[in-house]
Amino acid sequence: MCTFVPMVSSINKSNQIAMKKNILDFNLIANESLHSAYALMKFSPVQGTLPEMLPGQFAEVRIDDSPTTYLRRPISIHNVDYAKNELWLLVRRAGTGTDKLASLSCGAVVNMVLPLGNTFTIPTTQTHQPLLIGGGVGVAPLLYWGKELLTKGIRPAFLLGARSKNDLLQLSEFEAVGDVYLSTEDGSIGEQGFVTQHSILQQQFSYIYTCGPKPMMQAVAKIAREKSIPCEVSLENLMACGVGACLCCVENTTEGHVCVCKEGPIFNIDRLTW
Amino acid sequence: MVDLNVKIGNLELKNPVMTASGTFGYGIEFADFIDLSQLGGIIVKGTTLNHREGNPYPRMAETPSGMLNAVGLQNKGVEYFAEHIYPQIKDIDTNMIVNVSGACIEDYVATAERIASLDNIPAIELNISCPNVKQGGMAFGTTCEGAASVVKAVRRAYPKTLIVKLSPNVTDIASIAKAVEAEGADSVSLINTLMGMSIDAERRRPRLSTITGGLSGACVKPIALRMVWQVAKAVNIPVVGLGGISSATDAIEFLLAGATAIEIGTANFIDPTITVKVVNGISDYLSRHGFSSVNDIIGALEV
Repeated sequence: MCTFVPMVSSINKSNQIAMKKNILDFNLIANESLHSAYALMKFSPVQGTLPEMLPGQFAEVRIDDSPTTYLRRPISIHNVDYAKNELWLLVRRAGTGTDKLASLSCGAVVNMVLPLGNTFTIPTTQTHQPLLIGGGVGVAPLLYWGKELLTKGIRPAFLLGARSKNDLLQLSEFEAVGDVYLSTEDGSIGEQGFVTQHSILQQQFSYIYTCGPKPMMQAVAKIAREKSIPCEVSLENLMACGVGACLCCVENTTEGHVCVCKEGPIFNIDRLTW
Repeated sequence: MVDLNVKIGNLELKNPVMTASGTFGYGIEFADFIDLSQLGGIIVKGTTLNHREGNPYPRMAETPSGMLNAVGLQNKGVEYFAEHIYPQIKDIDTNMIVNVSGACIEDYVATAERIASLDNIPAIELNISCPNVKQGGMAFGTTCEGAASVVKAVRRAYPKTLIVKLSPNVTDIASIAKAVEAEGADSVSLINTLMGMSIDAERRRPRLSTITGGLSGACVKPIALRMVWQVAKAVNIPVVGLGGISSATDAIEFLLAGATAIEIGTANFIDPTITVKVVNGISDYLSRHGFSSVNDIIGALEV
C-alpha cells in the first residue's frame, strides 16, 4: 500500500543526515505490556501524517513536567507503519522516566522531537545475508531496519539474545521479516549462552548490525573484525538535547569526541576506539 | 504593538531574549524548530584559542528539575570557528554572539581579537566562569583581581560589545560585577552553572567522569534571580540574566529584578521552541499590563 522510499536530502562522510526535525504531539493508541519490564507502545500523530523516519533514528520523548523526569528520553524507533500512520516504540522500564512512559494509558498525548540521528548503511555486497544482532531492548531498532532491508530485496537474518525465553521481544514480528536465531542465557529457548557464542556466527555474513548492552556490542565488534565483516553498532549514550547542541552524549572516536545524537547513534566500528 | 527593543552597550536587540552558550549549539541546530531571526541574540558555544576535546564521558546527569554537565568547553578552536562555522551563521538575522573562554589571559585576548575580525559578530560573552575546566575559566571569575585582570586585557584588544559572564560560585557576586565594570565591560551576564555533584549510590560512584559539574535548569532559578537583583543594584551597566528560565513569566521576573535581557539555556532541551514562546509571552504581558515598551519593566520590581 505504502512503499517507503527514503528521501534523504544529504548524507555526509560521517553519515550525518539532514532531515527536517519535527516537534509533534502523538496519541497513544495501544500499549501492550510484553513483559513486566517492557512495553510495546503504538502512537499516531494527533494531527496529520507521520514524517519520514529512517531505521536507526530515534525520538526524544517528553515524559511529564515532574522534577524527576526533567529531560526528554531518547527512544529508538522500533517500527513505522505509514499505511496505518503508526509509530512503534519499544520501551524498557529502566528508570522513573521510562517507567512513567510505559505506564501511560491509551489516549494519552505524548510530545516527541523526531526523527533524530542517522541511519544504517545498506550492504554493498549481496552475496551473503546481513545479520542483525540484538540483545534485550536493543532489538528495538532492528525490526524497522530488517523491514527496510526486505523492501530492498535483501532478506536479513536476526540473532536475538535475552536472559530467558520470556525476555525475547516481538519474535513473531521478526520471524515475519527474516530468519531468526535465538540465544538465551538459561537455555530456555534457542542456544544456551550469549549471542556471541551462537553457532550461526560460524557462517559468513555481508554485514553485521548490532544494538544492545555495550559489552555485547563490543564482543560482536570483535567477532566482526576477526571475520573482516563490516559492522555497525547503535549506541545509547546518555543524552540531553538530542540535536548536537549540548555535547553531553559524546563517544570517543578516531576523530575525537563526537555527539552520538547527531553523528550517531549508528557508528561503523572502524570509527570507534573499542 | 509593544516595543521589545533593548540595548546592551552599543548592541541593539530586537527583543531581550537570547540563548545561553552551550545549550543552543550554533543556532543552526534549532533552525527546524523556530525562525532564528525572531530572537534577540544567539550566544554560541564556548570557543577557545585551540581545539579542546572536553572531558571524558559521562558528562551529564539529570537531577531534580535540572541537570549537571561537565562538557569542559569541547570546541574546535577559534580558527576553525572563523573558517568553517562563521560562514554558515553570519547571515542569520539576529545578533550572533560568541562565548569566549581561555586557560590564560593571552588565550582570551588572542581569541577575542580573532572574533573581533569577523564583521557579523557584534559582541562576545567572556566566560570567566566555566566550572568544568581545570585551568582558566572559573579560576578568573572567583576573585575580583582575577576577573579584573582578564577583562582589562580583553577590553584593550576588543572594540565591540563586551559582555562578561559571571560565576555564581562566589561569596559576593556584586563585588565581582563591580570589578569587571570598572575595567570597561559593557555588560555582565549571570549566572553560569552552579558547582554540583551527583552520586550513583548503587554503584558507589560519581555520575560524572569529573565527579563535580555545573548545575543548570529550573532548579537554579531562585538563586539566579537573587543574584541578578543584587548585581543590578550594584552596577550601572546592563545586566543579562540567566539561570533556569523556562517560561515568559520566568523571563519577566528577571527583567523586573533588573535584567535588561535574558538568556534561555537548559529549557531549550525540553522545548526547542521555548525561546520564541518567551518572546511572545513577554509581548503579551506588556500589552496586558498596559506597558508600551519592555524597558518600562526593567528593574521595575516594587519592594
